[in-house]
Amino acid sequence: MSNQQKHWEKTRGLLFITLAIWFVFSIGIFLFGAEMNEVTGPFGYPWTYWFTCQGSLGAFVILIFWFANRQEKIDEEFGFSEREDE
Amino acid sequence: MKGNFIDNLPKVYGIYTGGFIGFIIIMAIAEQMGMTAKAIGIAFVAFTVFIYALIGWLSRTAQADAYYVAGRQVPTVFNGMATAADWMSGASFVAMAGGIYFKGYGYMALLVGWTGGYVLVASLLAPYLRKFGCYTVPDFIGTRYGGNLARFSAVVVLTVASFTYVTAQINATGTIASVALDIPFQYAVYVGLISILLCSMLGGMRGVTWTQVAQYIVLIIAYLLPVFWISNKMGAGFFPHFMLADEVARIGELEQQFGFVKNAAADLKTVPKGLAGITKAHSAVNATPWAFISLALAMMMGTASLPHVMMRYFTTPSVKAARKSVGWSLFFIFLLYSSAPMLATLSKLSLIDPNLPTGIIGKTFAEVEAIDWYQNWNQANLMFISDFNGNGTLELNEFFMGGKAVVLATPEIAGLPYVISGLVAAGGMAAAMSTADGLILAIANAISHDVYYKIIDPKAETAKRLLVARVLLVVIGFAGATIAAMEIQGILGSVIWAFDFAMSGLFFPLVLGVWWKRANRQGAVAGMLGGLIAGAWYLIWVRTGGSGFLGITQLTFGIFGSAVSLVLMVVVSLMTAEPDKATQKMVDDVRVPSGKTILGKSH
Repeated sequence: MSNQQKHWEKTRGLLFITLAIWFVFSIGIFLFGAEMNEVTGPFGYPWTYWFTCQGSLGAFVILIFWFANRQEKIDEEFGFSEREDE
Repeated sequence: MKGNFIDNLPKVYGIYTGGFIGFIIIMAIAEQMGMTAKAIGIAFVAFTVFIYALIGWLSRTAQADAYYVAGRQVPTVFNGMATAADWMSGASFVAMAGGIYFKGYGYMALLVGWTGGYVLVASLLAPYLRKFGCYTVPDFIGTRYGGNLARFSAVVVLTVASFTYVTAQINATGTIASVALDIPFQYAVYVGLISILLCSMLGGMRGVTWTQVAQYIVLIIAYLLPVFWISNKMGAGFFPHFMLADEVARIGELEQQFGFVKNAAADLKTVPKGLAGITKAHSAVNATPWAFISLALAMMMGTASLPHVMMRYFTTPSVKAARKSVGWSLFFIFLLYSSAPMLATLSKLSLIDPNLPTGIIGKTFAEVEAIDWYQNWNQANLMFISDFNGNGTLELNEFFMGGKAVVLATPEIAGLPYVISGLVAAGGMAAAMSTADGLILAIANAISHDVYYKIIDPKAETAKRLLVARVLLVVIGFAGATIAAMEIQGILGSVIWAFDFAMSGLFFPLVLGVWWKRANRQGAVAGMLGGLIAGAWYLIWVRTGGSGFLGITQLTFGIFGSAVSLVLMVVVSLMTAEPDKATQKMVDDVRVPSGKTILGKSH
């Protein structure tokens, strides 16, 4: 397998992990919206209510920065990161 | 100032922010000295629009790459702010808190959908499209799949989605201009349009970028300041986001106590059009999982297909910066979106809690009708009460309000000085203008670059290309304003439709263009046109009395459209020949960040 194929393999792996986490916070937890809302969560809000107005939104912000850093590491590992003068 | 403009950005916008806060303070002092509410409103809108126009004029350019992609030198954080302003429209600023106020949990699917989509943008598309080096979204489609038909199909989908969206934004600009400047809506729409064109005509993407950063600063101050102020004034908490749990619980208690009484149809006919009462629980789960998830999913896939957002990531200096910039965009959006439910909570509690001095439920009709702010907003057609059961006191089901009133009227109800209402008007104007600018530019650029330059006259000189682009900008703006002046549809409904149109036609052709090498021209054309037609058909079918299926409504028709698009694209691609070697090599090159862009610096 060429260097580029290995790079793409790893990039795709990272994509699947990212999409899996995205799925949990955007769809997965809302399958149990009614049950989860019975329980008190962060700052005293019901769990589902908190996720819709803060939790999931914040998770997406953190997820994107985490993804960007991991992808940069992958690019560096295979020598595909951009040079500053490009 | 030493050094070039880009290095000085933090300083420039730091001074700008300080100047704006200074202006708010001057207005507050002027109010104490007797300046009228109307004069303050005019001053806020006129001052901010003048600043945007000045930035637009300073950013004028005669170069193609500055006009189309701001010279590809916008730093990560500033591009994040510009994208946030581009993204948060009049609907987000004026209508969202109102929607949550009326519909509660079911409506908050939009909060999740309009943020979660950025994960798809960052991981599936933005960095790869940046590496491609295109000027517009159809530029990517046209080069990746080859051929004028593919390019043209992408322009068609882009135009349908963006035009649906832009009429709503011009409508919002007109609404705010007509209230703040006190002129009829039909004229205010054109005042709004001219303000919008002043930002984009001379500088194209460069002008829009730097005005959008300025507009973000205005809109975020205008949204957060009242939320914090009201929360503190009501004694609800110093930092509302972390401290409103008791208030949310109290609303639930009051809802139980009052109950949701259903009004008779004959009674509801007397309520002015556009006003609504509270009929759904505030924080309880009141939608089925699928209703919530399908709306969130449609908004997320729509986010990743809307060209005016995607093209903001063409302006960053590198692929790496494009990825980080998506994170910053969402961070700046998060600041406003996480505040909207808090504003809805404060607004609702201050109106319905009989224990609070501002509460009106349980008071007699004579008492409510004597309140100053009730008279003002009743006159503006945004509030209405009627004694359906004839007992003389106001019940929860007898109080009606317009969605816009939650953002526009709450400061006044809570007893904040008028200067805050002027600030909110300037913020709403900034939100609607920045989105309208991005959308009009996306349409005009696609037609001037992809249709005129790439298909009709590939030998045109830069000066002529940019002239065509500017003429189109004005023509599309006026077409949008003319339709907006007719007031056919509401702001929020048409915004949601725009997302559905975009995802029906563009989501899979864009994503598979990067992630599936086997995708070819025939498949892409079938996917774009088939998806768009299927989505539009479903919308018309449901609107004309069709029952729909799988719980897909007129707000989520993109789910059906994009499913058709995916199937057509895969089947047709597999039935026809695979893309040639050169195209496959191109896809390989797009997938690594290093090396030259696929399209040249100027093309």
